[in-house]
Amino acid sequence: MKYAEILHRCFRCGYCKFTLDYENFNCPPYRKYRFDTFAPGGRMWLIRAWLNGEIENSERFQEILYSCATCGNCVEHCAFTFRENLVDIFIAAREELVNGGRIPPSVRDYFKAISIHGNPYNLPAAQRSSWAADLPVQSYDGQEYLLYIGCVGSYDERGRKIAQAVSRNLIRAGISFGILGEREPCDGNEVRVLGEAGLFEYLAENNIALFRQLGVRKIITLDPHAFNAFRKEYPAFGGDFEVLHYSQVLSRLIESGELKPGDFPVRVTFHDACYLGRHGGEYEAPRRILRAIPGVELVEMRQNRENALCCGGGGGNFFTDILGGEGDSPSRIRVRQAVETGAEILVVSCPQCAKMLEDAIKAEGLDDKLVIRDVGELLDASFREN
Amino acid sequence: MDRIVQALVEIVGTPYVSDSAEERYFYGRDPGLMPAHAPDYVVLPRSVEEIQAIVRLAGREKIALVPMGAGMSLSGLVIPQRGGIVLDMKRMDRILKVNEAARYVVVEGGTSTGKLHAHLNRYYPRLRFSTPDSPAAATVAANVMIHGQGRLTQQQGFNSDMVSGLEVVLPSGELCRIGSCALSDDWFSKGPPLPDLSGLFLGWFGATGILTKVGIKLYPRKKMRDVEIFITDSPDFVPGILYELTHTEMAEDINIFAQPLPLIFSGNHHIVIYFTGDSAEEMELKKRILFHALDGFIRNKDGGFMTVGEGMKKTLLDMPQRSATTFADVTKGGGFEYSGPIVPIDRYPGCSRKLDELAVKYDLKYHATARIIDKGHAMMFAFSFTFNRADEDMLNRTRMALSEASEYALSIGGLFWKPTLDEQRIALEKMDPQTARLMKRIKEELDPQGIMNPGNWEGI
Repeated sequence: MKYAEILHRCFRCGYCKFTLDYENFNCPPYRKYRFDTFAPGGRMWLIRAWLNGEIENSERFQEILYSCATCGNCVEHCAFTFRENLVDIFIAAREELVNGGRIPPSVRDYFKAISIHGNPYNLPAAQRSSWAADLPVQSYDGQEYLLYIGCVGSYDERGRKIAQAVSRNLIRAGISFGILGEREPCDGNEVRVLGEAGLFEYLAENNIALFRQLGVRKIITLDPHAFNAFRKEYPAFGGDFEVLHYSQVLSRLIESGELKPGDFPVRVTFHDACYLGRHGGEYEAPRRILRAIPGVELVEMRQNRENALCCGGGGGNFFTDILGGEGDSPSRIRVRQAVETGAEILVVSCPQCAKMLEDAIKAEGLDDKLVIRDVGELLDASFREN
Repeated sequence: MDRIVQALVEIVGTPYVSDSAEERYFYGRDPGLMPAHAPDYVVLPRSVEEIQAIVRLAGREKIALVPMGAGMSLSGLVIPQRGGIVLDMKRMDRILKVNEAARYVVVEGGTSTGKLHAHLNRYYPRLRFSTPDSPAAATVAANVMIHGQGRLTQQQGFNSDMVSGLEVVLPSGELCRIGSCALSDDWFSKGPPLPDLSGLFLGWFGATGILTKVGIKLYPRKKMRDVEIFITDSPDFVPGILYELTHTEMAEDINIFAQPLPLIFSGNHHIVIYFTGDSAEEMELKKRILFHALDGFIRNKDGGFMTVGEGMKKTLLDMPQRSATTFADVTKGGGFEYSGPIVPIDRYPGCSRKLDELAVKYDLKYHATARIIDKGHAMMFAFSFTFNRADEDMLNRTRMALSEASEYALSIGGLFWKPTLDEQRIALEKMDPQTARLMKRIKEELDPQGIMNPGNWEGI
């Protein structure tokens, strides 16, 4: 297994599962399960035990590996020099399980759906652009930017609304962009983190070839997960594109004066998406947008930026739902943290976070206290309501 | 479903009981070098009532019960020697009460030292507790249970000396309060002026009961904190230096470290002096007094203060000190362990030379750390070795070096700190027979079935 030579170096001290100030445990699966086996240190020791033949690949072992949200909190807070490799190690272990053919059924089904239908929803590619039916969004044909929507933005009802709002903002600013519609493939980020390295390689190579064929040089992504795949993984396959998350583009448009948000008086708090923040290093662009909307009062949750608690959707859990469920699932904890700020709106910058947290609000019975809005939606609303 | 699992599920709920191979593997070992032994069940209780029910179940079924915090002792104290149930206490992590005026806090038995540290920083910036240098995951209860030490140990003694009350589930399942909290809701004293019964539990590693609540004393937190380092190349000067420094009563904490690598530290003993104050004037005055205390050593060229760069200061002032943990990966091997006997401070030179000798003999990388306890009444001297967990030969050499260090410590009058099972046995054999018998009677009286963390303090 890749990184096997690192496993024994984990001291299982537990710094990895905290926030930086130690106020809270911040590892999503540990918050839910509370067994040390579900913390990064536990996972390190168990992977080593598995490779050494001391434990077997059981359903429990799979649950431990696949409940990891790959959120990167451990990378942020581990005390050791190998911390940069922690998420890669967990992905490598998943690859071993995939190669051995024994993985959770929900993960298997995800791979099959991507392989057969090109999306996890088992829906036809023809529906991929239906979110844009009522919008003057052009098909990509050499425009300056490719707006890459991704599977969640294309098929999920919540994601589609965000895709529409972001597109309206780009149109409003006169940005030259197009979408791929039914030609759009899955970016493969979740395929990779769930451990199907071969399928990811196939997707990445095909996507890069398609983008090149179409002359794509600059990509705006709706989903931070795609942002991560294009920016950090595709270069290994020769895919060198200028990749931006839409919040970065909108933030620049506001700063340059090309977008002038209208009044929108409301108290909000912001949830950092792991693949934009910890993985992408971008914490400020969404906040700059919020601060630029007159009337918006931004109140931070205690756990923000590098210390933000993941919504629990990362690492493929959005699709496999291994980490969801009971009262201490990360998304439910996160909306409780948001309510503590007194904010009326919990703003996100990722369609997966939006869906996870919106479901959590319902599960917690907080519908009368908090709503979820993507930062693109909030910006769009500031125009539409003025 | 296993009958015991069924019973445990009825007490704490399905998600919080496991008899899976994964939990049995992980909870059957700690980061140190003691042999593993798997529990049969791991349980995560959330309330005192749940713990009482589990203890009664264990009593009925004669199943061993091992309470566990973060499992960071390194000496195998929560490895379930006879299987049974490991009680992972960390779901019980509420901070129940802070009495600011009387300066104490009451926490649940699974509260991490990190969480308490953060809570005080946020809500009570004028209060602090004796933060240990163990990782932030270490629990307050486990830390006092092993007579841990922390940043205020130089001033106030062992962290267990700072306990202000206990709530304990006895091996019978009964709930018992120790100290002023036995008479009222005030947790200001663990015993005095009444008989101090905390000794029935502290230092017993859960063999006499499970700490479900702990009160600990809080102390003034000054606005400023700084650190200076005095170095000498001879261990023989260290006891005298420590005597002079502790005489000033100006230091918050005094540690010593000596290590061969990196080379900038080689050959010197670094006496790290922490001090605090509420104003620049107070800091300057304390610093001047501390510096003057060592004038004689400086005049004789026996040592001097070194320049401490900002980076090093930041590392040293960190609480808890994360850098202490990173010693585990010096050999890229993820392990370290130490024999940390409590000895009079005049034994420092002998301990230091013994550590040098053992490191050469067993070809190991080492780190000497000492922490002054209670103004110099004693010190903890850690014979620390880092090892590569994947190198069986190095593991064996480290075990032998630690064993020899422990023998040496005992021979010079030291007491084992958080002793391994072997060290407990050796200590019991060496101690006054009447004392050992008294310990046996206490254990038998409190835990007649021998279900509580069995193996510990046995064999008398």
